[in-house]
Amino acid sequence: MSGSHVHALTVHGHSPLHRLPARVKLVALGLFVVAVVATPRHQLWAFAVYALLVTMVLVVAELPAKFVLKRMGLEVPFVAFALFLPFVGGAPRITAWGLMLSIEGIWAAWNIIAKATLGTAASIVVIATTETPHILRGLGQLRLPPTMVAVAGFMVRYLEVVGDEVRRMRIAMAARGYQPTWLGQAKALAVAGGALFIRSYERGERVHQAMLARGFTGAMPDLIDDHADRSDWAVALSVPLSAWLVAALAVAA
Amino acid sequence: MTQPALELESVTFSYPDGTAVLDGIDLRVEHGERVALLGPNGAGKTTLLLHLIGILGGGGGSIRVAGEKLDESSLHGIRRRVGLVFQDPDDQLFMSTVYEDVAFGPTNFGVEDVESAVFDALTAVGMRDAADRAPHHLSGGERRRVALATVLACRPDILVLDEPSSNLDPAGRRELAEVLDSLDTTLLLVTHDLPYALQLCERAVVMNKGRIVASGPTGQILGDPIVMAENRLELPYGFTPGTSRS
Amino acid sequence: MHIPDGFINGATSAGAAVVAAGGVGAALKAGARSLAERQIPLAGLAAAFIFALQMLNFPVAAGTSGHLLGGALAAVLLGPAMGVTVLTVVVFVQALLFADGGLSALGLNIINMGLITSLVGWLVFRALMAVFPKHRGGATLAAMIAAWASVVVSSIGFVIQYSLGGQGGVDSATVFAAMTGVHALIGIGEGLITGTVVAAVLAVRPDLVFGTARYDITRGNGLGRKATAGFIAAGLLGAISLVVFVAPLASSAPDGLERVAEDSGLVAEDSGFGALFSDYQVGSVEPEWLGTVVSGVVGLIVTFAVGVILVTLGRRRLARRA
Repeated sequence: MSGSHVHALTVHGHSPLHRLPARVKLVALGLFVVAVVATPRHQLWAFAVYALLVTMVLVVAELPAKFVLKRMGLEVPFVAFALFLPFVGGAPRITAWGLMLSIEGIWAAWNIIAKATLGTAASIVVIATTETPHILRGLGQLRLPPTMVAVAGFMVRYLEVVGDEVRRMRIAMAARGYQPTWLGQAKALAVAGGALFIRSYERGERVHQAMLARGFTGAMPDLIDDHADRSDWAVALSVPLSAWLVAALAVAA
Repeated sequence: MTQPALELESVTFSYPDGTAVLDGIDLRVEHGERVALLGPNGAGKTTLLLHLIGILGGGGGSIRVAGEKLDESSLHGIRRRVGLVFQDPDDQLFMSTVYEDVAFGPTNFGVEDVESAVFDALTAVGMRDAADRAPHHLSGGERRRVALATVLACRPDILVLDEPSSNLDPAGRRELAEVLDSLDTTLLLVTHDLPYALQLCERAVVMNKGRIVASGPTGQILGDPIVMAENRLELPYGFTPGTSRS
Repeated sequence: MHIPDGFINGATSAGAAVVAAGGVGAALKAGARSLAERQIPLAGLAAAFIFALQMLNFPVAAGTSGHLLGGALAAVLLGPAMGVTVLTVVVFVQALLFADGGLSALGLNIINMGLITSLVGWLVFRALMAVFPKHRGGATLAAMIAAWASVVVSSIGFVIQYSLGGQGGVDSATVFAAMTGVHALIGIGEGLITGTVVAAVLAVRPDLVFGTARYDITRGNGLGRKATAGFIAAGLLGAISLVVFVAPLASSAPDGLERVAEDSGLVAEDSGFGALFSDYQVGSVEPEWLGTVVSGVVGLIVTFAVGVILVTLGRRRLARRA
């Protein structure tokens, strides 16, 4: 995996969703996910509505469906695990397609697949329409501790740099015939890992020196002003609020 | 102005374990001058640069920037006056976007109109359209120029560059030289790239084992075989210093 | 393991979010002095480093590969406060920028992969260093064991979360037996990698390792083969012990739903698949706990044996091909 994952996540565009401020989208996302998770699993209609909402937002965001589907591949291990559940779940069981499947297992599988898919899809839509630095700044505006936002900022900034160093190390090792197949041969990789840590540490020191040289006195400066008006909030919150309505009905039913 | 842009008097500095790195440096750079700082690896050049802005702390002697003496209280002001461009632009471009990187300095130093300072600096280095881009999407030469912009935006009295032409392709090297030429600032250029030094700087100073061992017009220094040999300075193949800058 | 949405119920997720926030807040405060300025860029670089390390596939055996969590490593190298901060940022960034891990499960994931790994790693490392020889070999072994423990306890953390709000339809005892045993094995890999990375850093820049700062660790050699083999053996023993002593304590009484179903006659008792060790029992072995132990131990031995066979076959194959 290369650092190119970082910018592969955002799709440039000028859709209404792209133009919304980051913190507005993040709040909407969070509320939507809460609604989905709180919905009882047997209220299938609710999940249909959620899927419709996500699809609508996707269309408004002008995101290519292939892109979203590809990014959702992250989910696959859990889908596989979920599909396993009807087989290992407890009694009672029903027979379907010649197999004995646990009813509880089937519902559990559905619960996971439905909620994880909706959550992941919604996240991807927001992430794809928001530049990474804006997401981090938005989190800071939502009261995430400034230290964590700063650390996250540096992490994302240097992901590719460190990733490049990893790539170069592996190429250098491969060029000398290193192809480890089992853990005992992994020593060289781990030693390279140690070298990577030292390099990262030393770069961290140099970055700090560069910060000092440009007047850093302990607090990250506030550099960009992000304006969100009422209409932005109204538009963005319409989705999760609809979801909450659905969830409330589903729970009450 | 009669005050030199930079004045070092008997500057000494040793590492905690006792190794002397700066062993009595005397250096003077007048306003508007362009001076190249040459010398072999391990001479202490990078240490000198860090020491100039009080990052290392300790040490003896005096350092004055535009007449202001470097001490605890003047640290913040001195750091604005000295625009230090580091050897590795990735160390210097640590924010998520070019705009934020170039705005970092002026914001910290309380410059009045940060946005103008940022765009003026980016225009000066020819990177005005890159404001919204992430540093890791830029080429090596572009990063180098943005790194220069990050300190230009602070309106320094003296620009100090550490190996600015390293890792640049020939075109990038030329573009940077053009930018530096167009700037009307005092310049201290630490470099191994002797033709670059000759092209950009009228005076050269040679440092070895923590001391200044030679100083004079660049062409003269490069044409002095004894000075060159004693300090592991060699001209690249096929290069003969023609006319030096006056 | 990044828990997705829908795996753990809302109440438990919310509770976990509160606990996670508290834990991270405490770590930020504890590290306030160093994190205030000098070490923020370092923490960011360390987070990038851990992330890169997590993405590296470490070969386990003949084609399969494992991944590092890195919590114990971060704690030994940078200290517990930084370790927690760094790992939390990694988990956070993975969820919020890579959609890896459910947003509702963020608290749970931070607890398992941010708080528990670093804290347990640190505590075990410190405890061991108090009695281990104070040289590189000792520190390496301590780091290995600390990393192993961090993985095992992290999986126990997940099991506890699951028992509180799991929606998987599998009972907690099964989850426990499956997860902890497997993670005790996975922990061996984490331990070996962690130990070797720590040893590599100690060999070049011992001054950078937070965990050994109070000792003069520059003398001594690295860890020998015997000690490494001993570590692997101990790891296995640990895994087996977990199964032998702890798994039987988990109740094997049918859980709520099963009981209701049995009582109402919907389903005959113990209508398992005819699997070899259905319900974690062996044939007619009495008492029950012994059955659990036997099935668990056999399972572990089989897993390890399969692993060893694959490794040996893989090596032979590779040698033949070369």
